Amino acid sequence: MLTPASAAASIAVMAAVTFLTRALPFLLFDRGERPPKLVLYLGRVLPPAVIAMLVVYCLRTTSFSSPALWVPQAAASAAVVFLHLWRHNNLLSIFGGTILYMVLVQAVFS
Amino acid sequence: MDRKTLSAAFSVTIPVLMGYLAIGIAFGLMLQEIGYNFIWAFFMSLSIYAGSGQYLGVTLLSTCAGLGTVALMTLLINFRHLVYGLSMLEKFRGMGWRKLYMIFSLTDETYALLASAQAPAGVEPKRFYFAIALLDHSYWILGSVIGAVAGALIPLDTTGIDFAMTALFIVIAIDQWQSCSKHLPALLGTGATAVFLIGLGALWGQQQMLLVSLGVIVLALLLLRERLDPSQPGEEDLPC
Repeated sequence: MLTPASAAASIAVMAAVTFLTRALPFLLFDRGERPPKLVLYLGRVLPPAVIAMLVVYCLRTTSFSSPALWVPQAAASAAVVFLHLWRHNNLLSIFGGTILYMVLVQAVFS
Repeated sequence: MDRKTLSAAFSVTIPVLMGYLAIGIAFGLMLQEIGYNFIWAFFMSLSIYAGSGQYLGVTLLSTCAGLGTVALMTLLINFRHLVYGLSMLEKFRGMGWRKLYMIFSLTDETYALLASAQAPAGVEPKRFYFAIALLDHSYWILGSVIGAVAGALIPLDTTGIDFAMTALFIVIAIDQWQSCSKHLPALLGTGATAVFLIGLGALWGQQQMLLVSLGVIVLALLLLRERLDPSQPGEEDLPC
């Protein structure tokens, strides 16, 4: 675990960078000029690529060496996809998948 | 702030109240699980105020990531805010001292409300927007503190609660997939991360390979610009 000072430093960096990403358009383009095409292009294509990267990153500990290391992830991910395509309700999809995952890791594959 | 403005804003923000309480509680529980109590949850939600960013923050804290990794990952996950800001330039103009707070608090949900909500007759629009932003922020702080306190007090086995983060990202990915005409960026993100992080992560460490995956993704997107950039003008302002 990080020391409290390092954890506070990490949180300060997250806060500063988050604010910067929100403030940048106002700092650069509030006088009416068009943003560069390259910035608009990256603003459009980067988010889906980064979110896909994070999904893979979250599932990185999955392993096929034992069912306990892949069945809960696979079943819960499939449940999230199914619930979301079915109802399009963020809360239902997130909590449905998470509860299934918790039941699987705590009770079925413990 | 007068009551009329506040109650008008409150009725508009009820869906966000439900969502932020739920997602915030899950955040507080995850944070408590990795050993950070409600005081940390309060200050993170007060100062960072980003749903997916703070979920990622839990992982960054628990893996003791370096400050450079923290900065880069936070930057990339929040990159979409750039697009939000561009469409709020007009709306926030002339808000004076409140403008700084409006920019700070421009989350996905607040953006969605501000983009669509209309101030009722007799309510000053700028105050109405400010009240919406302030209420949303307070719901988020409240939810995360409740989650962290509940995680500490209730003898609840929270093993596996961290899947909420995976689920949140899957949900965002599905929404993006369905609203985009081109799926190459999403496929590229999946493929590059699978190869570099999962394939080579065991060799050189996953923390470093995550940054390598990111570099590869940005580079590939720049190289593919001609294929992915729409030729028709007008389409360029749409997200993805």
